[in-house]
Amino acid sequence: MDGHLRYKMNDSKKAPVRLIARLDVKGPNLIKGIQFDGHRVLGVPEYFAEIYYREGIDELIFQDTVASLYQRNGLHDIIQKTAEHAFIPITVAGGIRTIEDIRLCLKAGADKVAINTAAIPNPDFLRQAAEEFGSQCIVASLEVYRYADGRCEIWTDYGRQETGVNAFIWAKRVVELGVGEIMLTSINREGMGHGFDVDLIAQVASNVSVPVIAVGGAGNAQDLVRAYQEGKADAVAAASIFHYHYAKPINQLNMSFNEQRLRMGEQIDSGNIDFLKMGYGGNYAVPVRPVSIPEAKQAMRDGGISVRELHVA
Amino acid sequence: MSPEVVIIDSGICNLFNIRRAFENLGAKVVISCDRKQILGAPRVILPGVGAFGSGMKNLERLELVSTLRDYVSSGKPLFGICLGMQMLLSHSEEHGIWDGLGIIPGRVRRFREANDNTPSYKIPQIGWNTLEPTEKGWSGSLLDGITQPISVYFVHSYVVEPASRGVVLARTFYGQDDFCSVLANDNILACQFHPERSGPVGLKILENFLNLGN
Repeated sequence: MDGHLRYKMNDSKKAPVRLIARLDVKGPNLIKGIQFDGHRVLGVPEYFAEIYYREGIDELIFQDTVASLYQRNGLHDIIQKTAEHAFIPITVAGGIRTIEDIRLCLKAGADKVAINTAAIPNPDFLRQAAEEFGSQCIVASLEVYRYADGRCEIWTDYGRQETGVNAFIWAKRVVELGVGEIMLTSINREGMGHGFDVDLIAQVASNVSVPVIAVGGAGNAQDLVRAYQEGKADAVAAASIFHYHYAKPINQLNMSFNEQRLRMGEQIDSGNIDFLKMGYGGNYAVPVRPVSIPEAKQAMRDGGISVRELHVA
Repeated sequence: MSPEVVIIDSGICNLFNIRRAFENLGAKVVISCDRKQILGAPRVILPGVGAFGSGMKNLERLELVSTLRDYVSSGKPLFGICLGMQMLLSHSEEHGIWDGLGIIPGRVRRFREANDNTPSYKIPQIGWNTLEPTEKGWSGSLLDGITQPISVYFVHSYVVEPASRGVVLARTFYGQDDFCSVLANDNILACQFHPERSGPVGLKILENFLNLGN
């Protein structure tokens, strides 16, 4: 198109900001913990994923929570089932160690993989992966712990291992190595529902040339707005607020077929299932204010953020 | 009978999701780099991700350049997606100057970079963005039956600049650029975004493509 036809930016014409659901998986189960610990089983991940797609989520991230620890990657089945029904981008994280691991994830239906643990001892793995599959396919997952003295450092193995690596230096490094995006998780905030670490996000997002996905801490819809407005995030991800909204109590009379399917929980063998047995909740505490995906998008719209409209033809 | 579509396999990209999307629409999908199979197809998809130069090298290595030109001259529909769209143009400025298929006159160039006088934005564009209409109507086209506002999923650093504005079916704004995101010239169709990753709207675009050439 004509070079002189310059487009003048205004907020209403900005590209929609991605709203992403993150699904942490342990074995066959969707789980949710707090600061990567105390995992509670919530149900079957692919059922949640399918409902999130229909509700208008813009992207899905599946995180295998034990892959690095047990040196395995068990998400392929879940990804494959999800990709048959969900025609949106899917990112797989957790336990990606080799070029072959990436190939298998893509074959299962993933569009991107996110890498943390394997890149710390071998940063060149990110460069090799970006060269082999293209930058658009490789996401650097930065799981950051903020110490009491303010230091922000990378932890690996789903929050089990300190590395001493400075998060801001590492963020610049991974971009030089060729990653196409950064998924930035605050371990301190993760699952707490107290809001994102907007200072951390802003400090990373304003210093790198690739999109930054804010993860960890969304406790209500306003937190998503703040991650964008104050944190300058390019995309916002949430887990608990959606999981606890869509995981309805079993005794609810108007539960739809799909909601019942959420609860079927076949082969539940990993994690604490008390929450399920108590009919989704009982007296168990939920650390967030549950939000539906349309409600979250409305809050973003109200905050002046352009979102993807689910206008079905 | 289910509609058939041949997806060109040049070995450079992940075809699983585009295949699944078409199968979800009830199409019979053939993945091929075989000249006979391509020339015999009722409709063809040219997908692609990655760098322009390696994409073209792969087409040349598999002798697909002349096959695609011959296919196009048959008048049957060809649909280029992402890098597959860019390769339809005359040349690209991605890391040097590369010849494209030359099926659509024009060039491929990088997004303009942000500077101190512009709002900040990131390159590549990764995410959802909207399609804006042009003077070319959408009725009977790839975008038939789709109503505003439309968001579709993009992943790219380069954009196409067709020599003729008449082929631009939809535009998209990003950073300082107002670029051609969907083009249509008789039987040649292309989009810069990923319809197979663009939810129900993307599926509708693929369904429209299946209805062409019937």
